[in-house]
Amino acid sequence: MASSGARGDRLVLGTRKGLFVLERSRGKWKQVRLAHAGVPVSYAMLDPRNERLWACLDHGHWGQKLQRSDDMGETWEEVPAPVYPEGEVLKGGEPATLKYLWTMSAGGADEPDRLYIGTEPGGLFKSDDNGSSFELVESFWNHPSRLAGDEGEEFAGWFGGGRDNPGIHSVVVDPRDSKRLWIGISCAGVFETTDGCETWAIRNKGMTAPFLPDPPPEVGFDPHLVVPCPANPDVLWQQNHAGVYRSSDGGKLWEDVSQEGGPVYFGFGVCVDEKDPDTAWVLPADGDERRMAIDGALCVCRTEDGGKSWTRLCEGLPQESAHDLVLRHAFDLAGDRLAFGSTSGNVYASENRGEAWFPIGHHFPQVYSARFA
Amino acid sequence: MPRVELTAHLRRFFPDLDVVDVTGGTVAQVIGELDLVHPGLAAYIVDDRGALRQHVNVFVGKKMVSDRGALSDPVQDGETVYVFQALSGG
Repeated sequence: MASSGARGDRLVLGTRKGLFVLERSRGKWKQVRLAHAGVPVSYAMLDPRNERLWACLDHGHWGQKLQRSDDMGETWEEVPAPVYPEGEVLKGGEPATLKYLWTMSAGGADEPDRLYIGTEPGGLFKSDDNGSSFELVESFWNHPSRLAGDEGEEFAGWFGGGRDNPGIHSVVVDPRDSKRLWIGISCAGVFETTDGCETWAIRNKGMTAPFLPDPPPEVGFDPHLVVPCPANPDVLWQQNHAGVYRSSDGGKLWEDVSQEGGPVYFGFGVCVDEKDPDTAWVLPADGDERRMAIDGALCVCRTEDGGKSWTRLCEGLPQESAHDLVLRHAFDLAGDRLAFGSTSGNVYASENRGEAWFPIGHHFPQVYSARFA
Repeated sequence: MPRVELTAHLRRFFPDLDVVDVTGGTVAQVIGELDLVHPGLAAYIVDDRGALRQHVNVFVGKKMVSDRGALSDPVQDGETVYVFQALSGG
């Protein structure tokens, strides 16, 4: 395997049947690694701080496991997966146990040993020893909104969306301030801490949810993914179950920027330009009852004006008999390059900000995550 | 002395896995002993709370364990405990 080039020259896929590393060389992509063959990999990423590859495994029989590799997947070490402390319970009193490792995030540049894992049933875990051990972030787990529905208050509490229990899919660390994080949960919404996980504020103002009473409770929303603009993280984008949203004040207020008349409304992933907070890409899907490509045609939609207008980009993408869905972690950006992997095992990339697309491969297993490295 | 036979599927993660002789008592105690011999093995069989994972089956002799939560089923001297993976699709 070639030594690491610029970010974006490698693509790490977490799939239903293993972890794949794809590498770009002389303008062509090729598979250079298959690891954990046959094992569902719910999320995979390369920690850019130390070139360590992480695999979240979802064994059908043996539970959730966590493995790391310091040689781009040639050899692996299993480390203990997060464990919910004894006595912790879900709504209704059921003991809390780890159901799914849904996402991982590296800590800030000034926290070289910090890692976060978002899990189902709703626990955020952090590590300060580079993943050798994880502990539940109790302050967040004990947020009063989580169990609120149990106590007859005017809250929906947290609940499952797509999965049986609430799950954390987005852990966003502010690159300017490692103590500031945004968390996205399906279903509860977005939360922010500015004091290093000691206290948490609900950041759901402006969102709607057709599956909640009107007016909606304070929590219970379904952000599918929350992504910041790296150059200006006060601007956050969100592909939600009920539209595409943008916030320009760190999540205090969300503006619905869905496209009137479609297709930009339902979907899972969203990419944000690294420099321009007004430019973002989404992959609209026919939702939420169907969850497949709209009218059998794959397309990416891009805005360059903060969501006021959207352009449909489909050159190189199949426009008939395509029924792919792209899951929330399976769409990524590095500079002008974009890539996505679908539930039908198709992987596409663009070198020019989505103007034209080409296939990297068509016969991968169902793709759960696709992250540039 | 009871013994434990484990599905060969677990050898992918624990290559040295073989029949293990244990002291016994209950299935939970047997799982605990297995983890001493093969650190980390218990977490493949039981969840955070020590309950049998949903798609794992354990037999004591010819009888499937009845207490999947606390694994209190007794294991007598001379019995064999079997750890299998349940069948599943795709």
